[in-house]
Amino acid sequence: MNATLTLFRKEFRSFFSSPVAYIFIISFLVVTNWLFFRTFFIVGQASLRNFFGLLPWIFLFLAPVVTMRAWAEEKKLGTIEVLLTLPVRTHEVVLGKFLACVAFLVLALCLTGTLPLTLMLLGSPDPGPLWGGYLGACLLGAAYIAIGVFASGITENQIVSFIVALVICFAFLIVGENIVLYSVPPALGSVCAYLGLGSHFQSIGRGVIDSRDIVYYLSMILFFLSLNYLSIESRRWK
Amino acid sequence: MIEVERLLKSYGATKAVQEISFTIAQGEVVGFLGPNGAGKSTTMRMLTCYLSPDRGTARIAGFDILQQPREVKKRIGYLPENNPLYMDMGVIEYLRFIAAVRGIATGSVRANIERVIDVCGLTSVAAKDIGELSKGFRQRLGLAQALLHDPDVLILDEPTIGLDPHQIIEIRNLIKNIGRHKTVILSSHILPEVSATCDRVLIINRGKIVGSGTPAELAALSRGKQTVLVTVRGPRDDVVAALRGLAPVSEVVVKESQNGLSRLEIICGTEGNEDVCEQIFFLVARSGWSLTELSCKTVNLEDVFLELTTREEP
Repeated sequence: MNATLTLFRKEFRSFFSSPVAYIFIISFLVVTNWLFFRTFFIVGQASLRNFFGLLPWIFLFLAPVVTMRAWAEEKKLGTIEVLLTLPVRTHEVVLGKFLACVAFLVLALCLTGTLPLTLMLLGSPDPGPLWGGYLGACLLGAAYIAIGVFASGITENQIVSFIVALVICFAFLIVGENIVLYSVPPALGSVCAYLGLGSHFQSIGRGVIDSRDIVYYLSMILFFLSLNYLSIESRRWK
Repeated sequence: MIEVERLLKSYGATKAVQEISFTIAQGEVVGFLGPNGAGKSTTMRMLTCYLSPDRGTARIAGFDILQQPREVKKRIGYLPENNPLYMDMGVIEYLRFIAAVRGIATGSVRANIERVIDVCGLTSVAAKDIGELSKGFRQRLGLAQALLHDPDVLILDEPTIGLDPHQIIEIRNLIKNIGRHKTVILSSHILPEVSATCDRVLIINRGKIVGSGTPAELAALSRGKQTVLVTVRGPRDDVVAALRGLAPVSEVVVKESQNGLSRLEIICGTEGNEDVCEQIFFLVARSGWSLTELSCKTVNLEDVFLELTTREEP
């Protein structure tokens, strides 16, 4: 546990050792604020529905940016050999990297707090969807991050890592969209709907916190972190 | 301290390490010598639990690399090939990070960091970022990282590669000093390196140990064979025939031949060659020719290395 914390700290700090972190946060805030305020005064509704509706698509591109260097850079520099010959367990490293990326994404998300504050100043938004939306965004983001960290672990090239993460996230996002659901056989429909990353986000975003949605995200995260663990361990036997 | 039993590792069809076995006693400094791709790094990676062997095992300080990798890792300081470092960290920050992951008690972290900075001569760059350091200082930092927890065993993969001669000497002295108290394995494909720093040398080629012993013993291995260079003034064919007639001589190779001077390389067998130079002298003198050059080639570690690593597979 101590090692996880140490690795978490190292990973989290390393985001801020390059300008990437600041560029990331600024562009994320500019895009989210722009998309929000573009229609806010026209529609005149005190809700973040529009913002949360776009978030899965914004995260789709931004989460892989956060995770792409997690393992790929260690592999490229060779520091993975130093790291994994220290007395740490592989799962501690996997967890440390995952948590650091999640923390970074959550930090970026927290900085959008100005949006609900604006709503509260100008109107009286329903708090359920607000809290639900943010909780859902954290869970969705964490699931994206788990996929991204896994993608980073299978390559030493950050671009490849980014694209693989994007493709997997995209696949899991659209599999639950209506357009896919209409085109698959009915038997598969419910499976696809369950697998979709977005549909669970929408139901949490309504302010209804269903344990099934939470379990879904936690199992997605666990699944990809396990894959990450296996792919890192498999180097021993290659 | 280190017992290696029939370690075997292959990458696909290529066998990187083929059933290597050896033991290293506490306090020994052992050099792995071999050409690039001989299996030195792979062996080290298995000993440090970075890779797992396909078959065989090893014990370090009594702990099995497959059963108790954490205990093994705790007792090893490892400097991987090419000395990978986090370029965006500061020197102290990096050492603190390593200390924290290694679980060094908070109270003694400072003392440990000060010790390795002192031992490795990093005082002047302690405040810098790793990315700003010269290669020599980076190498010292790699060593400092490996020494931080005061390990029993040090494994150094090509510790002096890419350094300038001055830095090489410094790092070598550093290793020698460390080696007085610790068990050290280092690898190199440079001969003077191992003969300068190691008590014992294992020559590795194509995943096998092809020779082992102290630098002096290895040199003695092929002292049995001796090469003599002579230049004789006289009819070439007669000279060659006469020299072939000498008992210890197994082969005569004509290197050059002009103006009645023949430059010959004489390869002698393993027996009765102590006085081969004398025999050649008397033979030439008796036949009425003259000698303009007579020199014995002394065998050094380089020759042993070349011979052992270029020998054809049986």
